[in-house]
Amino acid sequence: MARATKPKLAVWKFASCDGCQLSLLDCEEELLQVADAVEIAYFLEASRATMKAPYDISLVEGSITTPHDAERIHQVRRASRYLITIGACATAGGIQALRNFKDVRGFISLVYASPQYIQTLSKSTPIHDHVFVDYELRGCPVNKYQLLEVINALLNGRKPNIVPHSVCTECKRQGTVCVMVARGTPCLGPVTQAGCGAICPSYGRGCYGCFGPKETPNTASLSKRWKQMGVKEDDLIRAYRSFNANAEPFRRESESHER
Amino acid sequence: MPQPGAVEERRFVLFAARLQDLFDSLKRHGYQIIAPVVSDDAIVYQPVDSVEELPAGFTDEQRPGMYRLKRRADKAFFGYVVGPHSWKRYLYPPLQRLWQAKRNESSDLQVVHDREQPARYAFVGVRACELAAIMVQDRVLLGEHYRDEHYQQRRENVLLVAVNCTHPAGNCFCASMNTGPRVRSGYDIALTEVLDSKSHFFVVEIGSERGNTVLQGVEMQTVTEEQWQQAQQVLEGATKRILKSMDITDIKELLYRHLDSAHWESVAKRCLTCSNCTMVCPTCFCHTVEDTTNLHGTVAERWRKWDSCFHIDFSYIHGSPVRVSEASRYRQWITHKLGWWQDQFGTSGCVGCGRCITWCPVGIDITEEISALRRSEEGKVAHTLPKEENHANA
Repeated sequence: MARATKPKLAVWKFASCDGCQLSLLDCEEELLQVADAVEIAYFLEASRATMKAPYDISLVEGSITTPHDAERIHQVRRASRYLITIGACATAGGIQALRNFKDVRGFISLVYASPQYIQTLSKSTPIHDHVFVDYELRGCPVNKYQLLEVINALLNGRKPNIVPHSVCTECKRQGTVCVMVARGTPCLGPVTQAGCGAICPSYGRGCYGCFGPKETPNTASLSKRWKQMGVKEDDLIRAYRSFNANAEPFRRESESHER
Repeated sequence: MPQPGAVEERRFVLFAARLQDLFDSLKRHGYQIIAPVVSDDAIVYQPVDSVEELPAGFTDEQRPGMYRLKRRADKAFFGYVVGPHSWKRYLYPPLQRLWQAKRNESSDLQVVHDREQPARYAFVGVRACELAAIMVQDRVLLGEHYRDEHYQQRRENVLLVAVNCTHPAGNCFCASMNTGPRVRSGYDIALTEVLDSKSHFFVVEIGSERGNTVLQGVEMQTVTEEQWQQAQQVLEGATKRILKSMDITDIKELLYRHLDSAHWESVAKRCLTCSNCTMVCPTCFCHTVEDTTNLHGTVAERWRKWDSCFHIDFSYIHGSPVRVSEASRYRQWITHKLGWWQDQFGTSGCVGCGRCITWCPVGIDITEEISALRRSEEGKVAHTLPKEENHANA
């Protein structure tokens, strides 16, 4: 059914690696359909041609790490009807949120030759800490089918089929054998949100938690089991401190092993 | 050649070297064989063509939260028990399209019901507990009030080649659930594997005309008294090796007395609410329904997906979920499985296969939780939870 006017889509980058917006370009054949269904109005990674605000759908990648970005996100919010954050940086603060556990000034002096030019915030924070977010898509990077699904659902006025439950449910539906039970491989799947397609366990690896904490994650029970399997405290801390280190349940769990 | 007749006459011997004959006959009769195979360090159910693909010489070690594939000293074809898969994967698939709707140029909707070409499966290696589980799902999905046509099509076409368990694992408790280790009914063909230093054969029992038909043309001998006794000894030995049990005396009443028990909080401290127990359970049938569309909104599809009572969304009813706490979700699962299931379907939802124990990443043991409830009653009244946690009947 042809729509009268095509909704305008914008893609914004904050502190991030571009991997999530690249997922949109990775859609390849579906991208043509997306381009047919929406007006790609602002997407610098794809085109220098931009259209003026307002935008119907804004996809926001990256976390807030600078005073400048803390201002800019409000402009994006004002210019957008729906604001959807995409990926672990935008939804949890990303890998750069490792700074949150230390004093960032120490890093600046080590990394930059002229630290006096660096203006940065002490913490890397998710977009929802700054503005109202209509929908969040997890992952490092996001899953391209979830990205298409959320755009599709918005265009068709229905609820996106995106679930908050564990990776385990995905493994089991696929028939993937549990790496933790059958091999003794530590896996974050039982506390991590589904959506990636349970890629790592299907290749015999434990889940790395790219999609962040699932609904009601029992990290304490999983950690206890990992320790019984021989995982050391330091490695437990590292497991919870990756792309979603700043997500509250993972942050709390890693800190509880730091004493 | 087997002929229909008295029960005694429907028992034969098939030498292990001729097992492929049975497979060939199944294929000649148009069945796709699904059987145990080794995959990713476990024994799972997959399509096979040849007996060469069976996990001959493998066994499994199972404890709460632990499964290990091991080598056997012999070449037994069925010297292991159930793995992470169950036959419901094939009878009640994890993901199934129910129907689709298309919108044409003039915006008219056309609904297309999926009439799939019914699969014609032969399941080889169905254990007693699994036969019991299929019967339980029959009651749920082919019951008086509701018949699931997708399940029905698959179920009516399936041929069940059962295998009596000779090597139960550490989490098996079928004996106390009265479902095994020996198959009693519901099979088309039942096999008992006998393997000693002198011989390797199957005692074959025919359970249906369909089974009888498939066995036409498979070279078998009449079972001798000695061979029959050998098989009986193997099965008696297996029964003795089942060490786990669950006391099911008045279990429904026990659970109903404990709706407010503080014990559920102790389980919740361990429970990951990850859904593994429900996914591996051969009787759990809960699902969700998802609607999808194409980008342009001209095609919509309705899909059924396995879901779990451990998911918060599962109990979402007009405005909010009913079972938010982890404790209430575990209580719902175990109380439904062992209690309400009896009220709803006239049978227990548990067949004692032990999958939920093995595949729980933290090894929560349903039999232990029941024992804990019983212990808590010894000489005292059950503790109570705060009232707002009591959503048990919702």
